[in-house]
Amino acid sequence: MRYRFDIVVIGGGVVGSSIARELSRTNAAIAVLEKNSDVVDETSGRNSAVVHGGFAYDRGSLKAKLCVEGNRMMGDLSEDLGFPFIRCGKVLVGNTDEDMRTLENTIRQGYDNGASGLSMIDGKRLHELVPAVIGSFAMFSENSGILDPFLYTIHIAENAHENGVSYFLSHKVVSIERRNGIHIVTAGDDVFEAEWVVNAAGLGAKTISDMLGITGYKVIGSKGNYLVLDKTLGPLLPMPVYPVPSNTYMGIHVTPTVDGNVTVGPDAVNTDDFSYYGVPGDRMEYLRESASTLWPHISRKDVIRTFSGILPKWVDDKGRIQDFRIEIRDDIDDRAVNLIGIESPGLTAAVPIGRMVSEMILERTAFHSKDVWNGHHDKPMRFDDAADKTLVCSCENVTEEEIVRAIHNPLGVHTLSGIKYRTRAMMGRCQAGFCHMKIEKLIERECGLRAEDIRYMGPDSWILSGKMRNGNGK
Amino acid sequence: MENRGIVIIGAGPAGLAAAIRLDELGVRDILILERENSGGGILRQCIHDGFGLERYGESISGPEYASRLLEEIGKRGIECRTGSSVIDIGRDRVLTVASARGTEIIKAGAIIAAAGCRERSRGAIMIPGERPAGVYTAGTAQAYMNLYNRMPGRKAVILGSGDIGLIMARRLTLEGAEVSAVFELQDHPNGLERNIVQCLDDYSIPLYLNHTVTEIHGKERIEGVTVSEVDSITHKPKAGTEKYYPCDTLILSVGLIPDNTILERAGVIIDPVTGGASVDEHYMTSVPGIFSAGNMLHVHDLADYASAEAEAAAENAALYIEGKLDTGGNIRVAAANGVSHVVPMRVSGNGPFTVSLRACRRERNRKVEIRQGEKVLGWHFFPLVIPSQMITVHSDAASGSEDIEVSII
Repeated sequence: MRYRFDIVVIGGGVVGSSIARELSRTNAAIAVLEKNSDVVDETSGRNSAVVHGGFAYDRGSLKAKLCVEGNRMMGDLSEDLGFPFIRCGKVLVGNTDEDMRTLENTIRQGYDNGASGLSMIDGKRLHELVPAVIGSFAMFSENSGILDPFLYTIHIAENAHENGVSYFLSHKVVSIERRNGIHIVTAGDDVFEAEWVVNAAGLGAKTISDMLGITGYKVIGSKGNYLVLDKTLGPLLPMPVYPVPSNTYMGIHVTPTVDGNVTVGPDAVNTDDFSYYGVPGDRMEYLRESASTLWPHISRKDVIRTFSGILPKWVDDKGRIQDFRIEIRDDIDDRAVNLIGIESPGLTAAVPIGRMVSEMILERTAFHSKDVWNGHHDKPMRFDDAADKTLVCSCENVTEEEIVRAIHNPLGVHTLSGIKYRTRAMMGRCQAGFCHMKIEKLIERECGLRAEDIRYMGPDSWILSGKMRNGNGK
Repeated sequence: MENRGIVIIGAGPAGLAAAIRLDELGVRDILILERENSGGGILRQCIHDGFGLERYGESISGPEYASRLLEEIGKRGIECRTGSSVIDIGRDRVLTVASARGTEIIKAGAIIAAAGCRERSRGAIMIPGERPAGVYTAGTAQAYMNLYNRMPGRKAVILGSGDIGLIMARRLTLEGAEVSAVFELQDHPNGLERNIVQCLDDYSIPLYLNHTVTEIHGKERIEGVTVSEVDSITHKPKAGTEKYYPCDTLILSVGLIPDNTILERAGVIIDPVTGGASVDEHYMTSVPGIFSAGNMLHVHDLADYASAEAEAAAENAALYIEGKLDTGGNIRVAAANGVSHVVPMRVSGNGPFTVSLRACRRERNRKVEIRQGEKVLGWHFFPLVIPSQMITVHSDAASGSEDIEVSII
């Protein structure tokens, strides 16, 4: 098919979707092209889920500015968009004089960056805040928080869609050219013509940048591995506990999730393979040992899952990590916004990034404001909202009604992982042992698909080879 | 709020047997709560035979075993509410139940928790490598095949020699899939001897002891596994022994864990070794009036034994609601030499009791001894003890407060 849009956003993660949502306030016709089958399959869904305070970034950097803005607006966003967010605070725990100096400098940098609610606390106060923590003193950031990275991203995307943005999932961009001022973007079997192209491709941003003719960027992958711990531990950890940060790396930390699990990680291993999410055995042990110096409750028996994520870091010739780069290169293409190195704190900063990109475009093309724009997304349906409370997932108390609602999501995602991220079914301690087949059956029924056509996540992730017997069997 | 006499959680081999026993004892107000849409528990998907030898004196299939129990339940008019999940147990045995009708509150005179166990997952054993589709626990694969008429894959490798893994090796083979091998971390199989013979040997499926999967390959669907030999004592993989096995399915049969989320919420003390409730010889947990039995208490080798244990729990629950259960003292029962776990974990000292245990190692000509200080309370000689078989030994009453030790000597 051949489509015509005003703006094509490449990448449907939290940044691409935030950009699309901001632009959807105008009358521009917008498409989001996402290579994966859902919007949370890469970095947006693979991270610590921490809303950062903005103190850890260089003075005057975009990272600092956009992170502080994102942190400030997160409470309102969570109200508007119906995703779970808890402003629980966080501590960075120290023991030595050098730690003390580093943390004090971090606080000064934070205030210069516009962050607020930063203070040094003594051991007594630290142990009141987090009873089991190991450490002598800490820097406390009261405005840091945690959110549900899946629902945050999905609700931003769904709200963009609600406001007229067209989503094309499983559409990997293979070429971009510009003829007579119009971009021609080929993705899958489809061709998209658009005045504007926005490169929000995250891990794929360098590839897209090269396609746009903006060459020379060096982007490395920094892979972080994580352990997920059982919900019995959530009550023991009221807020994220971090070690003293270095300039470029926050360190292995323990983080509560909004649902009461605990994650441990990430380490940071450089990689050139931007699609390998395997977790090596030695890293699992390393994470456990390393984080146990901060918090003593990490035991092997409580690990219910491991995962990993990859941050795209823009580095200079000497390998030094650079700021976010958000640019229009008039010398090369005056209708392309290029985003490079959007790594942490991209989750926190996504909506301010969206606003910034939107303003850059609106300065040059006068798209008009829409008369009606609805920035609201309902909270997800949960157990309490269901009338029929027949459970499908007993670990997370997810009802059949919630699963069916999730299968009919506005973006049209009907993979098992898509249902998992939207409902929490399969995320509990049995890890889908009892509900995998029930959810598969519901997807078959609701979507009219055959068993062999159901996917876990990507196009080759089939889960069943088919029916065993044909005939009247259901 | 609904008031009931005895509420049984779970309509599997344990819960159904408990209900029947209660009815035999004259208890009339019995309610069974079952989260699935039909009774029978895990037996529904166990279409192989080997059930019922102890209870019925003949070898029948899981569904037949379940239907005999369910028929009895029907005949006796015992109420079984299916599609009803207990999501909370509060103070004074007040249960919150989720079902198509919403949530309902039921107050029970006594509770028998018999909700079974779950399977250890890939995450729990932290197998390194990619996370493709096609990695299933044996029970999930079994449910797909036997309840849903769905084939999980065509070329399988099985990790773990638990009984369901062995059963699935045969089941997959009979359905035309290729099963390359079964790998077991330990130096002994985890499943019953008869299953090794009937499910692996008869189909020429090799079993490799002291081997484990050290990496999973495949971006979207599993494409193969790396298997390594491990040291028989430390279980650490030996470098240089890696071998690649192509497959499109990995079946995990790496252990069962009593499923006690609900009892944890009720404040019941959980035994760290069994993963089930800590109970006395009456199968009563640390919360008065809450009893536990079957695989929810500790993992059994045979459904028949889960049923028998639940009957014993039922007898005590019946006494409890009459105010006749003499709970008495609190003498600790400890697993000692050669014993991996014991049930009960404490006894009252008021009378003889039965100990269920598992051996740590395969050993010949051993005596299981129950001893309190100098006094031997009970013993039994076994020509062979193996970890995969549950052992039951009767004991005389204990006295005083000194710990009781159960050992294999």
